[in-house]
Amino acid sequence: MTGALPLAAAQPVIPDFGRGSTCVRENGAFCWDWVSDHWGDTLRPALVQHLQLTAIAIVLGFAIAFVLALAAHRRGRLTTPVVLVTGLLYTIPSLALFQLLVPFTGLSRTTAEVALVSYTLLILFRNTLAGLAGVPEEVRDAARGMGLTQRQLLWSVELPLALPAIVAGLRIATVTVISLATVAVFVVNEGLGAPIYAGLQQTFKTELIAAGALCVALALIADGLLVLLQRVLTPWTRVARSR
Amino acid sequence: MNSENTAQTEGPPAYPRAASLELRNVRKQYPGASRPAIEDLTLTVPAGEVCVLVGPSGCGKTTAMRLVNRMIDLTSGEILLDGASVMERKPPELRREIGYVIQQIGLFPHLTIADNVATVPRLLGWEKDRVTARVQELLALVQLPPELADRYPAQLSGGQRQRVGVARALAADPPLLLMDEPFGAIDPIARARLQDELLQLQQRVKKTIVFVTHDIDEAIKLGDRIAILREGGVLAQYAPPDELLAAPADDFVAQFVGVDRGLKRLALSRLVDVELLPLNGDHAAGSVDVQTSLRDAASLMLADGNRPLTVVDSDGKPLGQVTLELISAALDRHPPTPDPSAT
Amino acid sequence: MNDFTDAFRFIADNTALLWTLTLDHLALSGAAVGIALALAIPLGVTLGHLHRGSFAAINVSNVGRALPSLALISIGVAVLGIGFVNVMVALIVLAFPIVLTNAYVAVEGVDQDAVEAARGMGMRPHEVLWKVELPLALPLIFAGIRTAVVYVIATATLAAVAGAHSLGDIIVDQATYRLPGVLGAAICVAVLALVAELLFAGLQRAVTPRALRLEERGAPSVLLGEPNPERTAQT
Repeated sequence: MTGALPLAAAQPVIPDFGRGSTCVRENGAFCWDWVSDHWGDTLRPALVQHLQLTAIAIVLGFAIAFVLALAAHRRGRLTTPVVLVTGLLYTIPSLALFQLLVPFTGLSRTTAEVALVSYTLLILFRNTLAGLAGVPEEVRDAARGMGLTQRQLLWSVELPLALPAIVAGLRIATVTVISLATVAVFVVNEGLGAPIYAGLQQTFKTELIAAGALCVALALIADGLLVLLQRVLTPWTRVARSR
Repeated sequence: MNSENTAQTEGPPAYPRAASLELRNVRKQYPGASRPAIEDLTLTVPAGEVCVLVGPSGCGKTTAMRLVNRMIDLTSGEILLDGASVMERKPPELRREIGYVIQQIGLFPHLTIADNVATVPRLLGWEKDRVTARVQELLALVQLPPELADRYPAQLSGGQRQRVGVARALAADPPLLLMDEPFGAIDPIARARLQDELLQLQQRVKKTIVFVTHDIDEAIKLGDRIAILREGGVLAQYAPPDELLAAPADDFVAQFVGVDRGLKRLALSRLVDVELLPLNGDHAAGSVDVQTSLRDAASLMLADGNRPLTVVDSDGKPLGQVTLELISAALDRHPPTPDPSAT
Repeated sequence: MNDFTDAFRFIADNTALLWTLTLDHLALSGAAVGIALALAIPLGVTLGHLHRGSFAAINVSNVGRALPSLALISIGVAVLGIGFVNVMVALIVLAFPIVLTNAYVAVEGVDQDAVEAARGMGMRPHEVLWKVELPLALPLIFAGIRTAVVYVIATATLAAVAGAHSLGDIIVDQATYRLPGVLGAAICVAVLALVAELLFAGLQRAVTPRALRLEERGAPSVLLGEPNPERTAQT
């Protein structure tokens, strides 16, 4: 692509000793002005990509884990094989898993997503199943005794009561994926892993620290939002108990 | 029978709709069990009566009850609700027509009290206004303040929750109510109150009720008829309480109702049921209200040197005298009690 | 799969190198886990025994999980420079919350009836701790150790970017080792993690009194207090 050359020339290599601020020129520990200068061309795009990587992984992972958990809830025999396979995937170190997928899906976003999804499965499966199994037996008995069908029992009793456990699983999975998505930089140059990796290879550390801090902030905010979501969805868990 | 027709569509529900229940040669064998939980049970509950299933644990009383609304399916035999076999009904549809109360109550923790009570009416597709009105009516019926409607079950006391459980079971005005040890987990004082309330409630709603308990006193207090089961779901005796106490069919029943069955029988009658002796001048250790049970009257006299008591009405006006002999004679009103060891 | 055939050939041809790096990997992981355990277990057990500091003890692991390992190692490099010790410090920071929270939850969650009974029999606080609370808490403490070990072994792979040696050296250096080398090392890391997982799962089982064989589960789901997954299925 011929048009790439002038563009590349317009984006100076960092640190830009010619144009940067005093802090950047003197290689300070952390330079706010670098952050504001490069928010638009480096950090924000990386943040958006990171969000996309995470959101896709969580949505797909939850869809798969949810279906598996419903199946295992019906047929207990499925639990052990699913836990074994997802547990195996969960145990493989991320850097290794990303690389092991390269022969199949290449150095691509798909590789990153497959690996990230596979890390969500164990947590989401186990929490969803635990949530469903945690529905008190007497509640299930009463529901059936009142004439709820299996489907009504699942959707209007078991799943609502499993929500706290499901959201707890989503919190863990989301935070885990946000953290692990940085490692995806070894197979696809996207997400906050990119500025972290770039920062790692230069003496100027602001880029690395800023991206790392963004990543932590993203994880904490996502976690907080999920807590809020749970509070909205499960008002009954917050009522004062009286006896 | 139309399953949708579980309550009147207009006006206040006229409660006296009740169904008769008949178990014919019912047998339940769990897969893998060496012996059947219920071998061969035949039992008829007339419409509007309270039938208490009672027996030691493992006698199959809960199993028998759960066969009725097909929480468990029977192995062989027949169960007829108003003459129609329950086996020909789809379980969810059948169950919406049968009230169901269990010891652990099983209120839905994520729904408000109102929504809990509204469960079956909504399953049956009632209109919103009718559901709302019905919920308020039921809360009043089980003596719960209306402001509890918007609370969650966790905010209620055990006794309140069990009242909600009863209201929820009655919501669609079912002709049959199944109650599995509903008061078993409640402290004795609250339990006695709930039992009294259930009796009052039953006077109004006149449902057919199958009530499972292991507590013979509860059975005697609540039952129009009591079915005593022994292991394997064998019906040891099926009789009204007084008959059961007066004439236990065998050793097992006699032992189960207890050696104090005479006293229990006395507890079933009140002084008002007895023809009192005329008053004479030189009475009396004390006076006693005419509504007192024979058991309590006997106890008072035993505590006080076997002196006769003056029976008074609620205004304190003397009505007559009672003696231990009179009370003991009252037990003979019923067919003679065969000696259990002789049968 | 040709790539994987080549990867296994790479493993066969480079056993010495892989062995050395595996030992480095284990040394790094072992040192980090060892120090994290030495710090976190006494603290977690003490807090749990005293029923103090639940908010901090539980939330530290939520925050800990949010720390991206790559970023943490990188920031460690930025602050402390390159090398074994600095990567080890980063790994300790990652392992510490997991172990702490599990140790806390394990001891804090011991059946209070048992603790009351022990007190009622005249045990002193330290006797309650050693004779009742710790034996009952051991399985869950071990679950935390197991999670931490596997996590640290996985993360130690990233040490290569920060100048410490591990099997990650090969994985991040595709220029030198080519795809077969990268895959071969990735396989070795995966196997290492799985072996550690199985080994510690076995250990966890061994320290679990037969009376309370918990269903095997790793720490993460315990951390947010999920309901007990062990409930008999509906008949």
